[in-house]
Amino acid sequence: MLKLRFLPLLTLLFCQNSQAELRATGDLGVVIERAKGSALIINTSKRSILAKIDSLGDLSHASVVFSRDQRYAFIFGRDGGLSKIDLLQDKVEKRIIQAGNSIGGAISQDGQLIAVSNYTPGGVKIFSTKTLQLVADIPAEYGENKLSKVVGLVDAPNHQFVFTLFDAGEIWVVNIKNPKTIDIKKYKNIGNQPYDALLTPDGRYYIAGLFGEQGLALLDLWNPEKGIKRILPDYGKDDEKLPVYKMPHLEGWAVAGDFMLIPAIGQHEVLVIDKRQWTLVKRIPVIGQPVFVMARPDGRHIWVNFAFPDNQNIQIIDAKTMAIVKSLTPGKAVLHMEFTPRGEEVWVSVRDENQLIVYDTESFKEKKRLPAEKPSGIFFSSRAHQLGL
Amino acid sequence: MKGLVFALIFSVSAVADEPGLQRQQELKNMLAQDCGACHGLTLKGGLGPSLLTDALLNKSDEFLVQTILEGRKGTAMPPWKPFITEQEAFWLVQKLLKQQ
Repeated sequence: MLKLRFLPLLTLLFCQNSQAELRATGDLGVVIERAKGSALIINTSKRSILAKIDSLGDLSHASVVFSRDQRYAFIFGRDGGLSKIDLLQDKVEKRIIQAGNSIGGAISQDGQLIAVSNYTPGGVKIFSTKTLQLVADIPAEYGENKLSKVVGLVDAPNHQFVFTLFDAGEIWVVNIKNPKTIDIKKYKNIGNQPYDALLTPDGRYYIAGLFGEQGLALLDLWNPEKGIKRILPDYGKDDEKLPVYKMPHLEGWAVAGDFMLIPAIGQHEVLVIDKRQWTLVKRIPVIGQPVFVMARPDGRHIWVNFAFPDNQNIQIIDAKTMAIVKSLTPGKAVLHMEFTPRGEEVWVSVRDENQLIVYDTESFKEKKRLPAEKPSGIFFSSRAHQLGL
Repeated sequence: MKGLVFALIFSVSAVADEPGLQRQQELKNMLAQDCGACHGLTLKGGLGPSLLTDALLNKSDEFLVQTILEGRKGTAMPPWKPFITEQEAFWLVQKLLKQQ
């Protein structure tokens, strides 16, 4: 979005200062510097760092969503902080502490509401994206007055937010068309310790991964009355479960045609699921416990990073053959990968090297390195227009 | 001179049970970044429970060292003994029990 609203003013400024530069936000992004509690605003066309925003609190495990107009980035911090960053002016527009310990969130379909999933107190809070005023508070109550940590919060079509209760083993679907009278549909006994969840890019299927037992829990949002379907209940059940030194993320899921790729848990494998029948069709051996399994936007390649102690690696799977075509070692502690909107390049954060590395996704060659302090999550503004985020 | 030699020997033996300085840095980084992946960078808890001093005071050193080395069955806590010795786990526990 261009600063059209300020055009008269800008024209004036431009006349006075020919150095002043207009900025659009479609090719911008935000990189979290987890240890310092700061974030970088970056430009993916110029492969450059535009600004650094400080004092954002505890950003270990931070995530970012974007306003529909792509002007604002909302950063969710571990300390319950919710910061609204103005990408045009490189500043914090507003910042609130909305809980004791939070993990992530999503923006509603119409861009008006932002939902945050919290560990302490367990639940979801919904705010106006404009003012960050509280609109609704949904404690994740279960059992006898207990509150569950909430994971896997996504936005879904028809004014819904969907999320998963880690401790309770439940999936809740919340209709927020009228925030004053929120309608909640609860699905119970979905499985033990659901650790994260994803929404397919068409907005139809919500899938929670289970840590406490085998398999995943699937909810078809086109047929919610059918309830939860357990998929892959048997995968790896006779194999020794390997230790998991970092929980995988399901947000970076991957689809190639009728196949979907997800990280196995407790196995050094990427699982290929046929999403017509929800059956396991292949287990691709990889170098370690996968964390993010992310498809290039066109679905041709799937990039995979790993948990400690294999987190210096990236492996790339070719969707045509479902086999590894390339292995890279960017450096110590590769935490995240983010593709440019059409996927010709990918940005990789290498925490212990204090580097961002940009790769060409066709040649797998390094194109640029940029300095960043203990970088973790990388989020591009093109996420503004993706369902689920 | 004799006194100085004695003092040197004494100070060396006093730290002999501690990991070397470089290893201490590695362990501190591991605590903040890798333990912090689940327990939070400031260790106040995430998907895993809080590791702040108050949360650990009612647990024995032995239990905490065992938890680090062997993990906890039925939870997401993995065994760290492929990467951390018993002596290093004990050093980490002492550090956790003396946070500000």
